[in-house]
Amino acid sequence: MSSTRSGRRRRTARALWFFPVPALALYLFFFVYPVLQAVQYSLTDWDGYSADYADVGLRNFTRLATGDDTFANAVGNNLKLTVTVVLAQTALGLLLALWLVRTTRASTLLRAVFFLPTVLSSVSVAFVWRFVYDPDGGLLNSVLRAVGLDSLQSVYLGNPDTAVFWLALTQVWFHAGQMMVVFIAGLQAIPKELYEAAELDGAGRFARFRYVTWPLVAPATAIVVAYTTVQSFKAFDLVLGLSGNPPNPALDILSTRIYTTFSNNQFGYAAAQSLVFMALIALVTRVQRRAIGRATR
Amino acid sequence: MNRTSRTVKLTRPLFMAVAACVVVLPLLVVVFGTFKTLPELFDAPLAPPSSPTLDNYRAAVEDGGLGAAFLNSAIVTAGAVLLTLAVASLAAFFCARMPGRVGWAVFGVLVAGLAVPAQAAIVPQYVLFDRLGLTDSLLGLVLVDTVTTLPTAVFILGGFLRTVPDELYEAAELDGASPLRAFRSLALPLIRPALATTGIFLFVMDWNDLLYPLLFVRSQENRTLPLALLDFQGEFLTRYPLLFAGVVIASAPVVVVYVLLQRQFVAGLTAGAVRG
Repeated sequence: MSSTRSGRRRRTARALWFFPVPALALYLFFFVYPVLQAVQYSLTDWDGYSADYADVGLRNFTRLATGDDTFANAVGNNLKLTVTVVLAQTALGLLLALWLVRTTRASTLLRAVFFLPTVLSSVSVAFVWRFVYDPDGGLLNSVLRAVGLDSLQSVYLGNPDTAVFWLALTQVWFHAGQMMVVFIAGLQAIPKELYEAAELDGAGRFARFRYVTWPLVAPATAIVVAYTTVQSFKAFDLVLGLSGNPPNPALDILSTRIYTTFSNNQFGYAAAQSLVFMALIALVTRVQRRAIGRATR
Repeated sequence: MNRTSRTVKLTRPLFMAVAACVVVLPLLVVVFGTFKTLPELFDAPLAPPSSPTLDNYRAAVEDGGLGAAFLNSAIVTAGAVLLTLAVASLAAFFCARMPGRVGWAVFGVLVAGLAVPAQAAIVPQYVLFDRLGLTDSLLGLVLVDTVTTLPTAVFILGGFLRTVPDELYEAAELDGASPLRAFRSLALPLIRPALATTGIFLFVMDWNDLLYPLLFVRSQENRTLPLALLDFQGEFLTRYPLLFAGVVIASAPVVVVYVLLQRQFVAGLTAGAVRG
């Protein structure tokens, strides 16, 4: 009796082994294998179509670390973008969440409004903001003129020193509402009793935030910071939509740079760039995780 | 009432009003703009259209080729969402049901892709798909979208499937149910909310994807919406009303689903963010 039962179990288990096969097959063949191949390509000077190529060792990596101004420019822009977007989007997301965490009719409506941009495609958002930033009669300059603040008018993306910060503003407009939702979930998980206890101890608004909200919302903060970072590294579509293809150098970030290198048929070099890109994201994410752990303790 | 809380009481509605305007006004300008001529848009960007015209939509579809692109996007998105949900839920079921290390190992391998940005693999992926004749094809886009979103889907579905108590499966096994039966008639109905959440996340990702169409698609008739839209900026440069019509056509399906299924939608996009 018990032997037939375990026999049936074993048969059952055997059928189960087929379940992950389609996913693993697709994933290993179309994703893992190419990622590993990127390592191999990065050590060559392959142009993407010639039958032969030379092994160049680590020369692609030394080139992008020392002798490539366009890559250094993209790293610089990307870091500026990431720092600005992470700070602004985290602060704004938390502020909106704090003010909309209680469910009323007004806050439900406002949450829906702030979340709306997130559902749009990056190219759509980019086109909206092309008009907002258009120096000749675009939305921002028209509004500024209408309220008599002509002196604040600007060329926005046309100024290479500040273009990347206007890109950051667009990115924050795009995704702050999504981060607000993550923060609201985090805030709702904080037990109300803690606030009541703090109030009984005479804690004011600021003290309650500092000693209850901030440490307890830390898991949500960690998610928001990590996700926002990755988003700002992948703002590829937004840059191409705002600035054209290939993008204006003032808006060139790592993902667009890799794509441009690829489009110029420097396959080996583009593969090296993408590996550095991957390592850089991993590094920044790790540094952040440590910093958040320390800041919220 | 002390002074700080009175200031806060005033700042909050003011801040909310300004923030809501910053979100809504550009979108309103875009929607109104689709019914305007270019001079009218520049004259009064915030005003409703004085004599609404549908010319911009007509031009976007006829000159910009958005009709065909819309259809391509629908095919690619539907194919990729369904394929991803199917293979991801099967794999996640295995991971949840397989006792011990094997289940976790497979889960770990499939989820490891979350840490790898799509750009890391584009060069060899392009070469691989090109050799298989899959670059300039909708099937190629379905496959590449599937593997790109697979880690997130397995992650979300795996989390839900692990919450199904083992006793339920054991009872089904005692009744002689095969794993496929247990999967279809026990697991799938139980995780329907997770399938909806994941499906919406995949829908938004696949519908809005620009990277792979840009890499893979060469011919006009295989363009998806984001790619056709991107081509607008070269063709129509600053003909904003036309660009705006493109924006509305490309965004309409997602916005409609958002309005209809708001709760699942927010949950889906948030689950996509929380995975990391």
